[in-house]
Amino acid sequence: MARVLPKRDAVIIGLGWTGSILAQQLTDAGLNVVALERGPWRDTATDFNIAYMQDELRYAIRKDLFLKPSVEAMTMRNNAGQTALPMRDYGSFLPGDGVGGAGVHWNGQTWRFWDSDFSIKTHLTQRYGAAKIKGLQLQDWGVTWDEIEHSFDQYEYICGTSGKAGNIKGQIQPGGNPFESPRSRDYPNPPLRMPYASTLFAEKMRELGHHPFPLPSSNLSRAYVNPLGIRMGECTFCGFCERFACGNYSKASAQTTILPVLMKKPNFELRTDSEVLKVNLTQDGKMARSVTFLDAQGVEYEQPADVVAVCAYALMNVRMMLLSKIGTQYDPVSGKGTVGRNYCYQTSAGARLMFDDKHFNPFIGAGALGQTIDDFQGDGFDHSKLDFVGGAGISCTVSNGRPISNRPTVPGSPRWGAKWKQATVDGYQNSMGFGSQGSSYPVRENYLDLDPTYTDRHGRPLLRITFDFPDNDVRMSHYMSEQLEKLTKPFNAKYTAVARLQKGWNSVPYQSTHNTGGAIMGTDPTTSAVNKYLQSWDVPNVFVVGASAFAHNAGMNPTGTVGALAYWAAEAITTKYIKSPGALVPA
Amino acid sequence: MDNSLRGVTRRHLLASAAALPILAATADGRTISGNLPWSPFAGAPPRPVNPLGWYFFTPVEAATVEAIVERLIPADQLSPSGKECGCAIFIDRQLAGAFGQASRLYTKGPFRQGLPTQGYQGDLAPAGRYRLGLQALNEYTNTTYKKDFRALSAEQQDEVLAGMDGSKIKLNLKPGFSTKEFFELVLQNTMEGFFADPLYGGNKNMAGWKMIGFPGARYDYRDHIDKRNVPYPRGPVSIYGMEG
Repeated sequence: MARVLPKRDAVIIGLGWTGSILAQQLTDAGLNVVALERGPWRDTATDFNIAYMQDELRYAIRKDLFLKPSVEAMTMRNNAGQTALPMRDYGSFLPGDGVGGAGVHWNGQTWRFWDSDFSIKTHLTQRYGAAKIKGLQLQDWGVTWDEIEHSFDQYEYICGTSGKAGNIKGQIQPGGNPFESPRSRDYPNPPLRMPYASTLFAEKMRELGHHPFPLPSSNLSRAYVNPLGIRMGECTFCGFCERFACGNYSKASAQTTILPVLMKKPNFELRTDSEVLKVNLTQDGKMARSVTFLDAQGVEYEQPADVVAVCAYALMNVRMMLLSKIGTQYDPVSGKGTVGRNYCYQTSAGARLMFDDKHFNPFIGAGALGQTIDDFQGDGFDHSKLDFVGGAGISCTVSNGRPISNRPTVPGSPRWGAKWKQATVDGYQNSMGFGSQGSSYPVRENYLDLDPTYTDRHGRPLLRITFDFPDNDVRMSHYMSEQLEKLTKPFNAKYTAVARLQKGWNSVPYQSTHNTGGAIMGTDPTTSAVNKYLQSWDVPNVFVVGASAFAHNAGMNPTGTVGALAYWAAEAITTKYIKSPGALVPA
Repeated sequence: MDNSLRGVTRRHLLASAAALPILAATADGRTISGNLPWSPFAGAPPRPVNPLGWYFFTPVEAATVEAIVERLIPADQLSPSGKECGCAIFIDRQLAGAFGQASRLYTKGPFRQGLPTQGYQGDLAPAGRYRLGLQALNEYTNTTYKKDFRALSAEQQDEVLAGMDGSKIKLNLKPGFSTKEFFELVLQNTMEGFFADPLYGGNKNMAGWKMIGFPGARYDYRDHIDKRNVPYPRGPVSIYGMEG
């Protein structure tokens, strides 16, 4: 029998980026909030110690800060004809663990999806006709750019994002991204200083007539005090960013931007080492009444609450809905059901260049340090004569020169022995790269459900991912590889290699922790799991917040849009829902 | 109790830590409310390995691994060898710990032959893979050359390693664990030993870092970020403060 705890106004599952944002906003509105976090408490001074954070083996290779597959794994297959097997170690993507979640070890690349993303089906149909997107399950998100722009602004100012605006209220700004959707004001901090490789990239892109701009970065260019009064430090380009926590208070995370204020509030409580097993519904299944969780000793508790906010990682949000029977499982055969629908990823390619006469110091880097062109992003370029929709940002970022995993050599070089040593010495300092991060569009056969065979440590089914790169996205990525070939020309490198995406998503090599969809937002309860406020269509006191709500993934890092959606959902709860509980959008 | 720590000695703080209301570790897990929790020495600094003796390998296994890492990273003007740099010690300590037991991985069955896109699906943790792989390697060289691997000439050792790398040699392993997978495991761990912080037993005197010009655990490059095409002037430092 579970021990029943005193009822709260709201219970939040997971205290990462979205959970911290919701907790902060809901407690500000006077709600009594408890957050349940499966992993441990972690904070900068104690756990992200500047004296030993620069440990590639421990953090990047042995993945000390990441979710352990022994705690929660997932199964994968490329199509429904295969038998899914567990990813026994996470490889292609790396979910986070503990307080701060994946926001602890992200890179800090802080993008805004475009106005044309939020209304993608309408936009593409109007521009090219419905036949252009046949076979893709693209749909509008329900929220419009004008509605959500202020939420992006709110998130960037919390993070102290460093960048250069390209479009302020419709006025194109020199030096910024001319393709971005109009913003109400500039970033809170100026761009980071740039390393040699990114500077060279920007010069060459300008020569080619493209529009390079500093990648918007939540690695801070200067000391900053955010709107909550929390002080952050200037990034030192240490080169231990992604896969690491920042020991320098220079990378935005829940720890560096929200928790110092949130944790002191009397109307907030955090329970760590507390794993939520499911959301409990009323007998008619129309309302959530509580959540069941286990503490570290395996004791079971029930936490009743008026509002349940599911704020785990995108994939875990979907699993929580399925385990709790909130909404209906998506069926790729009939196309019916909504939970698990429109799972998307990221579609990337890259170019590597090697020189005789250049010295790049690749170890002087940061997670979001670089220059980008958006000339081939989204629908910023004309697709009428192309055989795909979607696009990619092309960036030259310099994140690290950590030598266990980052030792580029000329392809075909030996991987061991004396010749390997010489090739490694030749390649390490003299190499730069840039890459396309491409959109991932939904198709009927890519989806999420519960695995029929494999279970977690509590005996609950694992999440099953059925995914391969859709043909549209493969064509898009190959087009980007052709562009990369052209972009490498003016560098006159001694050696150039451009990668081409292969069909058959491989779960082993690291690619991207940008898993999206599965509990998508939208205008229609038959094709979306949550409404435009991230409120479950089926159980209106449940809000499901995160990249799980993305109806598709753009060619950009998702966290900026995740943060904006969290502020947007929090605003809906505090200004609409608590005044009049119930469905905020009629079904 | 006043949450302010002013005037409170460290001993006082430690003695009273159990009574801190902000950090009550109770039977129902760790509940935190009303303050930003902080406790002294809460972090987990890495512990340098003891470089003496073998923790996991038998003497024969140790000699075999030393011979392998000597060929994967041979001594030349660029650096000392993998053996001299402690790569075998590094691998031994890794196998004796959490990595060797795969304690953070998903190890529940059923175990089935997977597709290449599904990754390793065998039931052996790295420690078991080394134990089986090293034994099978010596069986192979005894059959083919009538000698243990460590007794072969450098050229013969390279021939065997290249055969494993190129899937031309098939050791007697087990389903779900191929010779190529064994080679990849050893190569990856050897490179880890050569390039990881020296506290883990390899990369002795930061030889791997010096070979390529990686400055190690430095944390602040603001004085060099703007410099174009200028080599970084300082040598490496390790986490425990070794300078080179």
